[in-house]
Amino acid sequence: MTGKRARVPAAVLLIAPSLVVMTALFAWPLVVGVGQAFSGPDGPTLGYVRRMLDDPYFWPAVRNTGLLIVVLIPIQFAFALTMALLLRERPRLAGLHFYVWVIPLAISDLAAGLVWLSVFADRGYLNSVLDHLGVDGYAWLSYQNTTTMFLAVVVAELWRSTSLVLVIVVAGLQGIPKDYDEAAAVFGATYWQRLRHVVLPQLRPSLQVALILRTILALETFAVAQALTGRSLPLLVGETYQWYNVLQNPNVATAIALVVLAVSMLAAAGYLRLLRDRTAAR
Amino acid sequence: MTNRIKLHSGLSRRGLLGLGLGVAAAPALTACGGVSTSGADGGEGSVNFLSTQFTQVEERQRFEKILGDRVTGQKVAFNAVDPSAFATTVQSQVDAGKVQLSLVGGLHGELAPHASRLADLDDLLGSLGDRGFATDLTDLAKLSGGTTKYVPWMQATYVLAVNKKALQWLPSGADVQKLSYDQLLSWLTAARQANGNKPVFGIPAGPKGLYHRFFQGFLLPSFTGGQVTTFRSPDAVTAWQYMKQLWAQTVPASTNYDGMQEPLQRGEVLVAWDHVARLRDAPGDKPDDWVMVPAPSGPKGLGYMLVVAGLGIPDGAPEADRAKAVVTALTTADVQVDVLRQNAFFPVTNAQLPTDLPGAVSLEAAAVKAQQEAANAIVSLPPVGVGARDGEVSQIFKNAFKEICLDGKPVQGVLDAQATQLNVILDELKVACWRPDPAGSPCRVA
Repeated sequence: MTGKRARVPAAVLLIAPSLVVMTALFAWPLVVGVGQAFSGPDGPTLGYVRRMLDDPYFWPAVRNTGLLIVVLIPIQFAFALTMALLLRERPRLAGLHFYVWVIPLAISDLAAGLVWLSVFADRGYLNSVLDHLGVDGYAWLSYQNTTTMFLAVVVAELWRSTSLVLVIVVAGLQGIPKDYDEAAAVFGATYWQRLRHVVLPQLRPSLQVALILRTILALETFAVAQALTGRSLPLLVGETYQWYNVLQNPNVATAIALVVLAVSMLAAAGYLRLLRDRTAAR
Repeated sequence: MTNRIKLHSGLSRRGLLGLGLGVAAAPALTACGGVSTSGADGGEGSVNFLSTQFTQVEERQRFEKILGDRVTGQKVAFNAVDPSAFATTVQSQVDAGKVQLSLVGGLHGELAPHASRLADLDDLLGSLGDRGFATDLTDLAKLSGGTTKYVPWMQATYVLAVNKKALQWLPSGADVQKLSYDQLLSWLTAARQANGNKPVFGIPAGPKGLYHRFFQGFLLPSFTGGQVTTFRSPDAVTAWQYMKQLWAQTVPASTNYDGMQEPLQRGEVLVAWDHVARLRDAPGDKPDDWVMVPAPSGPKGLGYMLVVAGLGIPDGAPEADRAKAVVTALTTADVQVDVLRQNAFFPVTNAQLPTDLPGAVSLEAAAVKAQQEAANAIVSLPPVGVGARDGEVSQIFKNAFKEICLDGKPVQGVLDAQATQLNVILDELKVACWRPDPAGSPCRVA
């Protein structure tokens, strides 16, 4: 009997390592984080959350982060899909194109931010080109020009992170058997009809993964925006950095981080629901 | 071609985040250094000297050379650490009764929390009567108690750097050495009009700029006579309304400037306010084209911020007598001038300045002296006793600037909201007010 009780099911043994890792690296920090955000030296408090909400940078940061996701992700997916479909047509030097397009994936966020800073800075490449053309330069990244500042971040992020979506979509496309597409073509479907009714539905799992990944990563946009705009265009993760590092208040920093976490989880759950395959019989 | 060169300056203005990350890592590394060397380094009979100043490698090496050359007779093991490592080291060693440090050096605000852990130095200060310390400084060194807790070591402040090109627009009757804030504004307004509508004035309002010290130590004390207690008073509203007008005559790119010497060198700015160490290279090799002048005066007087560092001896220091000898050596005229020449901190004594100082340094020395000796001077200190919360306290002043000057929100509303925030921080800290506010405890916005 004792021998029987000591037997742990194989499944538990198999998932034990990942459980330990998840607990140590995710669950425990999460618990500590919640504790840090909601308790001060005098016990539980909402003081840190209130300070976060009262901070003049918080709501602009929420707005900018939200706006960035709404603007960035559709453009990014349109680009990535177009690029992937172009590659699918097997043009000459397709391999080379693919490698060139995924180069940004290999570049660090910060380096990308600094490269784009050298483009958009007051005396950067863009203004130099304008100057050569006889047009007066423009302070793209000035706090007075919020729109161009935002657009600069969108362009930089678009350049930097579209390749991630591209890689996922290309991988997804390669997994789709050609037969369906050819069959549809035989029956006289146009390119758009085949794209709409044959390719995209089969791409759904890849798109779902890419959407979740990209939305979470867009919520965490930090280094690119930090390099380009500093705190002139506050974003949520930039604010956690500001509170933790510059203002040295880890409690408020954690409170903001928890907001990012909550929104990420909501977004992931939302996508999973939204892109659920309703045809699949369960 | 020129664009390429300019481009680099544009890059460096953002402080190159990479560098920023390096800076972020540095305290961690220096903290390790402090812990590992505070006990073992010097060995028997040497003076372990822990300092929050000269943490930067070059500054530290130059200061160690001064120590080696000028402080003969004593072996000094100099360690420079960041303020939080300093605070924990001093606190833990003295409170545990295992003191290995014999000498500590830090800014007034960094020494103040350790008043009870520092030995009385009245006798030492008395023996240094010939040094000619300003009474302002020796009063501060009492740390609000009755006895001297540190000996003044060196000082710095903030002044205005003026390119002589801008002097032509000075309003008639105004003396650039004794400006009022109103004269400054009409001068800058006239200069802007004459300069093709391009502003000539700049402040270091970038991410790593020290512009909050302008509000804390210059603008608000000059207009309100206080820094914290008067934060939302009617006088403060006047001050911020003035600031709004001043900002309208300020180069908008100021929000990118971490220090003013580069924009001054490039000619983007002709008149700028900044820390003396961050203005030192502005004149370059043409000091004759520049003047450095004291900050302007407001309705209440000439508010200026004094950054003063002092030397203290912890209670129970193993080599207290040798440490006193080191303090004596560090306050001699030769060492004071060496430190000025090498590391741009100004003498706290009446040391005669030699005539062969670098051009910019002697310009600054004149301005620092004039500012300190002004009859209507109001001395302010950077927040005292707030430790690591200095960033948060200062952020309140930056927030007020952002909301009032950049976002154009109504002054009183912003001040009320920020005062509430400031009181939240101060209520947690429960510290006494620092100059120029009356020393009431705990410090709060009225």
